[in-house]
Amino acid sequence: MFKGKKYHALRVDPNKCFGCVHCIKVCPTEAIRVKNGLAVVDDLRCVDCGNCMRACPVDAFYIIQDDLSKIHDYKYRVALFPSVMIGQFPESITDDQIYWAIMQLGFTHVYEVEQPISWLVDLMLDHHVRNPEKKPLISSFCPAIVRLIQIKYPSLVDNIMQVKAPHDLAAAFVSETLVKQGASPEETGLFYIAPCSAKIAAVKDPVGEKESSVNGVINMNELYNRVMKVIASHPKAEFTGFRDYLSREGILWPLTRGEARLFKRRSMAVDGIHNVVRILEKIETEEIPDVDFLELRSCDQGCAGGILLSGNRFMNVERLARRSRRYPRYSEVVNDNSIVDAVKATLHLEEVVASRAFELDPDRGKALEKMAKLERIICQLPAIDCAACGAPNCHALAEDMVLGKAKMSDCVHLQQQWQHQGKMTNERAFNNLEKIWGRGRFEADCKKRGARNEGF
Amino acid sequence: MVIEQTYFIRGGDFSHAGDASSKVKKLLKQLGVDARKIKNIVIALYEAEVNIVAHAWEGMIRISIEADRISCTLEDKGPGIEDIGQAMVEGYSTASKEVREMGFGAGMGLSNIKRNTDVLEITSEVGVGTKVYMVNYF
Repeated sequence: MFKGKKYHALRVDPNKCFGCVHCIKVCPTEAIRVKNGLAVVDDLRCVDCGNCMRACPVDAFYIIQDDLSKIHDYKYRVALFPSVMIGQFPESITDDQIYWAIMQLGFTHVYEVEQPISWLVDLMLDHHVRNPEKKPLISSFCPAIVRLIQIKYPSLVDNIMQVKAPHDLAAAFVSETLVKQGASPEETGLFYIAPCSAKIAAVKDPVGEKESSVNGVINMNELYNRVMKVIASHPKAEFTGFRDYLSREGILWPLTRGEARLFKRRSMAVDGIHNVVRILEKIETEEIPDVDFLELRSCDQGCAGGILLSGNRFMNVERLARRSRRYPRYSEVVNDNSIVDAVKATLHLEEVVASRAFELDPDRGKALEKMAKLERIICQLPAIDCAACGAPNCHALAEDMVLGKAKMSDCVHLQQQWQHQGKMTNERAFNNLEKIWGRGRFEADCKKRGARNEGF
Repeated sequence: MVIEQTYFIRGGDFSHAGDASSKVKKLLKQLGVDARKIKNIVIALYEAEVNIVAHAWEGMIRISIEADRISCTLEDKGPGIEDIGQAMVEGYSTASKEVREMGFGAGMGLSNIKRNTDVLEITSEVGVGTKVYMVNYF
């Protein structure tokens, strides 16, 4: 049951991080601590949601990705991207201009991943009919949510829909299509343009599948910047052939309610990981009894709010809503049924296994002892939740202490009190602070990184 | 080693109904109790907690966790239950129209608690209050 080290797409740049409390405060799994003036992320707890990256005032978080030059290992170089990529651009730039610009970067084929979406819908409804006892079914779409359920809501792992995500659909669909056109699979490189850290981690270290369906993953933010450089005012050609199976519903799929609107039964869509946490708590207690399907997305406005997107998420949603009206309904799209079975056969997701990131000790007796100790420590701490100890709140610091990762004197307020009572020397107290925040961290410095962060 | 916690419940405070159960849930997760067992415990405790909120004037929840079990005692000052046997029947409810409109009081409470606990003892005195004692083994 216990899963070891996970792959994470999010990293901290030690040259940029200067040690502050922004990221530790927004992490939904309390995975971040500051030590020696640097943010340290707990591998088991991190779900790659990207909230830390969004909150960082000095851009110290970055995302691991494959280098774009890797595409040249292949004869056929396919870019697969979610529709929210298009939503980033002003409406004066046409779909074809964007497609053209992506091809200028070295790709031979460009596909949006949400096609043919009716195949994914078929599989989801079929999974629902076959598993009436799994209620509510939880979408597997957002990898940050799948990982969150794995570590924090183990009783709900069986509710995760065993159907893969749109990029897997497109990968299977495109490779079958290219094989039909005479390309060999070895010559074909499928590259997914990811809108967030969670999708990158899901490609590098997939949950519920042995290996990913794509050959590489590209950071959407970087691709957007490159596209902006080459984009021309007139499209050089038409690329509608790559969008033959794209539908209104497909375009809206990565946005909030994108899946729920097609799930013809009782469904609910929740976006924003902190909102998702509240709903999962209620689902676990069966406080929401009659929902058949739950669409849960880590980012506000779904993938339009992805951490690797440029521009405003609401403008993105607006552009996609207008764009979708120019496309046929998914039920009207005539799909290539000669490959439907081959594609569908690749889209089964294995069962997701729970992991235990919040246990105090694998031994129940020891865990109880630690919990009793934790209760005693809580009495001593001031409940100010200032995070000046490097942990997100007093309770988290107490947890760290019983796990042997922190000590009482990490609390700056307790230190003050001990100095006041003559129980601790000023020198020792100061050394303790520098251990958390780094040497020289408290010297006056007008050019200090992050100092001009106004917070709103 | 025993962990003991006490939670105060205010009658009629529906917006906080379930707070005690979610705190207990967090403790059980930290102890690494099996996810399915946690689910049973929390469903039973949530039902019992909501019963206090919906029917009683105020109440206390005392929980004690040992290595192999959790025992919960819920004591309230309230109208009491006239016929406990009848209250255990699925669908039987004395909840007011207002309470039902809030989505509670479907008459599944006590039978749902029974289904999700290993030991359940209910004692009640009409006009004084009700005491629910339940044990779940891990």
